[in-house]
Amino acid sequence: MTDLIFEISRSGRRAFAQAPLDTASLAIPESMLRTDKPRLPEASELQTVRHFTRLSQMNFSIDTQFYPLGSCTMKYNPRACNALAMLPGFAGRHPLGPVSHGQGFLRCMYELQEMLMDITGMKGVSLTPMAGAQGEFAGVAMIKAYHEARGDHERVEIICPDAAHGTNPATATMCGCVVKEVPTGADGDIDFAALQAAVGPQTAGIMLTNPSTLGVFERRIKEVARLVHDAGGLLYYDGANLNAILGKVRPGDMDFDVIHMNLHKTFSTPHGGGGPGSGAVGVNDRLLPFMPIPIVGKRETDDGTVYDWLDEKELPQSIGRLSGFMGNSGVLLRAYVYIRMLGRDGMARVSQYATLNANYLAVRLRDAGFELAYPGRRASHEFIVTLKKEARSANLTAMDVAKALLDKNYHAPTTYFPLLVPECLLIEPTETESKETLDNFVAAMIEIATAAREEGVEFKEAPYTMPVRRLDDVKAARQLDLVYRPG
Amino acid sequence: MPFIPHTEKDTREMLEIIGASEIDDLFDEIPTELLIGELHEVPEALNEMEISRLMRARAALDGTPLCFIGAGAYEHHIPTAVWDIATRGEFYSSYTPYQAEASQGTLQTIYEYQTMMTQLTALDVSNASLYDGASALAEASLMAVRSNRRVRTGRILLAPGVNPVYEQVAAAIAGAQGLTFERLPQEAASGNVDFDRLPAHREPVAVVIQQPSFPGTLEDVDRLTDWAHSQGALVIGIVNPISLALLQAPGHWGGQGVEIACGEGQPLGVPLSSGGPYFGFMTCKQKHVRQMPGRIVGRTTDLDGNPGFTLTLQAREQHIRRSRATSNICTNQGLMVTAATIYMSLLGFEGLVRVARSSHANTTALIEGLTAIKGVRRLYDGPYFHEVALRLDRPVAPLLTALADSDILGGFDLTSYAGTDALLVCATETKTSADIETFVAAFAGLMSSGARQGGENGKN
Repeated sequence: MTDLIFEISRSGRRAFAQAPLDTASLAIPESMLRTDKPRLPEASELQTVRHFTRLSQMNFSIDTQFYPLGSCTMKYNPRACNALAMLPGFAGRHPLGPVSHGQGFLRCMYELQEMLMDITGMKGVSLTPMAGAQGEFAGVAMIKAYHEARGDHERVEIICPDAAHGTNPATATMCGCVVKEVPTGADGDIDFAALQAAVGPQTAGIMLTNPSTLGVFERRIKEVARLVHDAGGLLYYDGANLNAILGKVRPGDMDFDVIHMNLHKTFSTPHGGGGPGSGAVGVNDRLLPFMPIPIVGKRETDDGTVYDWLDEKELPQSIGRLSGFMGNSGVLLRAYVYIRMLGRDGMARVSQYATLNANYLAVRLRDAGFELAYPGRRASHEFIVTLKKEARSANLTAMDVAKALLDKNYHAPTTYFPLLVPECLLIEPTETESKETLDNFVAAMIEIATAAREEGVEFKEAPYTMPVRRLDDVKAARQLDLVYRPG
Repeated sequence: MPFIPHTEKDTREMLEIIGASEIDDLFDEIPTELLIGELHEVPEALNEMEISRLMRARAALDGTPLCFIGAGAYEHHIPTAVWDIATRGEFYSSYTPYQAEASQGTLQTIYEYQTMMTQLTALDVSNASLYDGASALAEASLMAVRSNRRVRTGRILLAPGVNPVYEQVAAAIAGAQGLTFERLPQEAASGNVDFDRLPAHREPVAVVIQQPSFPGTLEDVDRLTDWAHSQGALVIGIVNPISLALLQAPGHWGGQGVEIACGEGQPLGVPLSSGGPYFGFMTCKQKHVRQMPGRIVGRTTDLDGNPGFTLTLQAREQHIRRSRATSNICTNQGLMVTAATIYMSLLGFEGLVRVARSSHANTTALIEGLTAIKGVRRLYDGPYFHEVALRLDRPVAPLLTALADSDILGGFDLTSYAGTDALLVCATETKTSADIETFVAAFAGLMSSGARQGGENGKN
């Protein structure tokens, strides 16, 4: 590690250009004033700039490394999207400013809603959820509100496949529902017989990702939809893997009732080291009245078209507000710019080249001796390699490969998820990577496997070239050190 | 093909290795009736020059008016270095730091952020942030229910000064798990809690106090915190981080301090940007750390015994515990936290004090100017930080519309909160005396010309 900003600090030092002049009057009673002096950094502007620049250099990122992190869609974040969202008229706009000073922003939001409806085949879109998990919450809350509005109070069960993201069951719990897990068949599709047994008069809905987290398309999706609908339940589409089918297949056409989209995946807004995300939701006719607010509407007036907010007045049955204002608006602007730059034809190209890259990488790795978890299946935009054979014979686990890849300047794929595939690497190259990058990655994988198989090299202590070696997670949890205290 | 690097030759070679003749063959497991034709609502592609022209024109429509609105989001000067560094690709385009060895930059930044937030709030631990201030209250309420196991009512009592939108959000998110939110009585003159009418025997699991309050007043947080503890409740303090440069920190409220503090982190270097992305912060006492939602970074050692950082206490989280997790949250507002950490480093405590004092002084000057106008007086007496509620002798909406016509955003219409014609105004350090004079003069002009017949609400 590099020194903490607190260790660089010296009493009395400051970035003088950044603070306003001190002003005299202070009309607050003494008893309400702070008496202690919190320990914040005391550093010059250059020291601060240098410190955080140095910290940034200790990160892997899409801009610097191939990042084949399955289920996370780590594709190029176009620079223009950021620059245009940060234009003064947008970045400086107060969220409670009048619509007279928001027509540019509101028009972008209205058009984004319309474009996302078209792309997903849904009848309404609300942009307010601030992350995928909040989109999931909104979706399940709408399903619940729908059943309750019909007086159908018994429907409290949410069905999730065992391969689902952890957020799915966690969301169901947050919505006051009970989770029922159904297994996956050997071919990667949902176990249909188990699903038949699981649905019933208590089914509120099912949460599905399609293509699934196993990197394959759920082929019987229409039958699944019919089964769940016939039982009185609704279908929730987790948009984690929307990149795989963008512009080719629409969740609405698969008979989903509600979906969320991860704009930070499919529409290339930045991951930012863990956020902000953005989890817009789309609904079909049934759930329109329950959408989270606010939504942007359009009306014609004598002065022309006006874009305006729709809130509890227009949607009295809404599940309510999920954020202080209008979600992650700046992220939504970035997504808007991205979609406009790709345009109509660009949507399908995303899924086409994402799928091409994934299938190419899967075949190359298979031919190099790696075992695919679902060899009989076409990969979607991602696929799973299982190292259960290597773990046994060459003492090479998924964790080892992940850490060894870091030393070869590749970010690791997703490891140990989905939980049902042993020693798994979930690999998602995305459409923005070149063939050379994929070829070089295959070469790196072969080198690691060959070293383990033929030379008995172990990677238990990798990585060696990162700013730190493998970290002691057990110690981190047992001897909690969560804030700096001067020694 | 924007952002796709494949040459025709690449595509051909790749398909050959896969054993497919064209890319669409790769979609052959998808039932053909599901494949769609053309999209209709997505226009043709624009290149960067074209989209830049379009977006500049739209941003110009929104303008750069003189803004005196606060009400939960505040315009502060943001040092250039903050976003210059935060948008470096290594921060901007990295993922959640699950691969700790390749994410030390993000992890150390969060550790430093956690330290700064615990210092500001005078509490022991901080998470790596939540979505925004409003949803942070929802998470804090759920956390209080998990932490305060002696009280089973699920009842959260809110001081009258808690932002009404925060209550709506908390109810929408936490209501599904049986939590209920009730308001404590308000004293008309001060706008603060009415200590003479505090309810007995309501068995609150937590009491929420916002300081400064939504209408800008300062509560007697010590007395209210002590009362809440006497009722067996935990205390959740909602605070504006800039105000903590002047005001008593929630960890020091009353005899014991609050258990949980949370709030909107936007004032710390995040642009207003129509409401997001912002970040919610949350800090708490050590004994409640295992009930805290969201990511937490800890310092540990590596194989060589050198210090390093990693995500910790992950057993609370959804990717491990699934349906039994403390929350479904799996994001923090990493980029915003990076910006806030740089902001706090550049300002330091002394800089924050100056921002706070300057905002306070500007608000004082603004209030003196506005209350000198006939028909304008303060709605509540008592001290304030950088936001004040005014009572007007006429409807607020037409005045705001008329001001907006001259590119002045004259505050937040507080009428529905206050139940009377009221306006909430705020002047941060970004306002000069000339700005304040411009606003006061325009306001005085409208009040004397009888703008009660002015434009209608929302007219453009």
